[in-house]
Amino acid sequence: MEAVVREQPVEVVARRRSLRVSLEALTFMSPTMLLVTLFFFVPVLLLLWISLTNLSSNTFGNPLCVGGVRDVCESLGIRAGGVEFVGLSNYRRLFSDRFFPKILRNTLFYVFSTLTLFNVGLALVLALLTTHIERRAGFLFRAIWLLPRITPSVIYIMMWKRIAADAPFGILNQFLTPVGVEPRFWLREAPWLFVIVTNGFVGASFGMLIFSSAIESIPRDYIMAAKVDGATTLQIIRTIIIPLIKWPLLFVTTYQTLSLLASFEYILLLTNGGPGLYRTEVWSLTAYHRALQTYFGNNQWGYGAAWGFVLVVIGIIFSIIYLRVFRFNELVQEPKIDAL
Amino acid sequence: MRVELRNLCKRWGNVVGVDNISLEIKDSEFVALLGPSGCGKTTTLLMIAGIYKPTSGEILFDGRIVNHIPPKDRNIGMVFQSYALYPHMTVFENMAYPLKLQKVPKDEQRRRVQHVADMMGIGHLLDRKPGQLSGGQQQRVALGRALVKDPELLLFDEPLSNLDARLRLTMRGEIKRRQMELGITSIYVTHDQVEAMTMADRIAVIKDGKLQAYDTPDELYERPRTLFIAGFIGNPPMNLINGVEVVRDGEEYLARHQAFCLRVPAERGKHVAAKGEVILGIRPEDISLADDGQDGMRGEVYVVEPLGRDDLVNVELPGNTFIHFLADPALRLKPGTPVALCFNTEKVQFFDPRTERSLLWH
Repeated sequence: MEAVVREQPVEVVARRRSLRVSLEALTFMSPTMLLVTLFFFVPVLLLLWISLTNLSSNTFGNPLCVGGVRDVCESLGIRAGGVEFVGLSNYRRLFSDRFFPKILRNTLFYVFSTLTLFNVGLALVLALLTTHIERRAGFLFRAIWLLPRITPSVIYIMMWKRIAADAPFGILNQFLTPVGVEPRFWLREAPWLFVIVTNGFVGASFGMLIFSSAIESIPRDYIMAAKVDGATTLQIIRTIIIPLIKWPLLFVTTYQTLSLLASFEYILLLTNGGPGLYRTEVWSLTAYHRALQTYFGNNQWGYGAAWGFVLVVIGIIFSIIYLRVFRFNELVQEPKIDAL
Repeated sequence: MRVELRNLCKRWGNVVGVDNISLEIKDSEFVALLGPSGCGKTTTLLMIAGIYKPTSGEILFDGRIVNHIPPKDRNIGMVFQSYALYPHMTVFENMAYPLKLQKVPKDEQRRRVQHVADMMGIGHLLDRKPGQLSGGQQQRVALGRALVKDPELLLFDEPLSNLDARLRLTMRGEIKRRQMELGITSIYVTHDQVEAMTMADRIAVIKDGKLQAYDTPDELYERPRTLFIAGFIGNPPMNLINGVEVVRDGEEYLARHQAFCLRVPAERGKHVAAKGEVILGIRPEDISLADDGQDGMRGEVYVVEPLGRDDLVNVELPGNTFIHFLADPALRLKPGTPVALCFNTEKVQFFDPRTERSLLWH
């Protein structure tokens, strides 16, 4: 038998090659894509769906069994309960909530004061301090500052509650009474102070690590040149170091804004949004309260999901603004490796 | 400005960076600190700049001890190997930075920067960022930034090492010219002995943190006081031949080696006679091919390296001794060619193999 070798047209070969290249690329990206889809896109879509229903303890049932699907569900033996599709009514209720303005103000206050004072401000100060002292001492200091981050949240907050506890208890009272300060219930007197400090002390360690490694990677020659040029340490920090760590600064600002928007566990454990009505209640904590912890045991999952979904939208809007304002595209360099 | 180092030392724990260096630099003198990498020359420079604090010893500017004066108050200009141009500032901002820190008025800043930039031939680049400049241009900006504040002392830390060979030659001449015109006392750290030889008024040779010699280039070249200087100064380097014995033969002195026997002038030979085995040094340019009929030392060409103007020829002498000499390329020497060599005995050097010091110059 004679083998027949047929020449394939060039464009077919080229098309096949480009198909193979994109398949290869997809194969490499698929684990991440799968994870992002499963743990981000699917939950967001579920959240959006639940926020459009009246799902609660009273109406408990499968939230997909609404409208015409209800009969199908029942014939299959799936519990439909009293779940109804309610359109945007959860959102109307949210925006007309009596406490909506207060919670919004609380959230903005909490996010921006913790961010500026601690997660970026204190982080920068700590990074500058620990890179200007003896290297090992700086390393040790940073390691100690990281401890609260690896302490379980509940224990960390219990310690703060003991610090700020009411008289005759409270570590703060023990220290301040001898110097003539009237003992008091510090946590009730200044709840915001403790909310911001507890979050900030832990939050600052992230920026501290990023900033100190950025500062240490600045070539020593720049610092020496600035010294010879006549700069004091403060002038070097202001005119050389800060401009050279601009990108880490912007990254930490962006990242921490988003994580502060979503964080609520310390506030939940410390004040649970109080004292009093919504004194320290922030957006993500409201979502939690509505959905999972109400006074009468009636968990309003649908309504809570609406709060959650608005927070997702706020987060996306912030991300877009940061990406635009800080021009993150310029950070992303073309890979040095040629096409696959 | 006069600079004086007195018994300067720098140690980090048990590591000795600079070991008891003393030297004096005259006003408007150009001094090179020359040595192999890691010898302590940059450490010395950084101590003069005030970046490092000396472990012991003193640094004096015009007779005044400056050990505890911070760099910003020393009125020095410095040029780094990496240029250290601030990447987030334009050329103008880089050059105006020292003036801005001195709170010089804005229009005077502009005038002085423009003046220095024009002198350095970078007047048209003031709005660029350092990343947009070539290596040579960056070098000029770095020098300009050092000059703009009218320093009394200029420090150079291997400023030409990152430039290509041709540009290095141009900048070498340019730095020397500027230094002469402005008359600013300058200290120049380099590991390149050609740079040190061509630019400096005096060279301080440093090895293992110790000052080996401090003299003019000619003196170091003609009268090397140690084996290290003999091998380090000069390109191609001096031939050093072990196991030579010098004996007196009536009025004459003979240097004997298993491969040769040389007649040495009395004023050199008399210092070496009866000292046992010594090291003989001879520069490649002081060796020539013997004329016909003349009695030379016999050997065989091992490798020929064309340098353009000359060929650097490595010759194998009997007894596994190799020496380099410079030959006319027109001779077309080839490996394996038998040759007879003649030494210019007026230029031979002798070293004690134990102390590694010269037997001729003290």
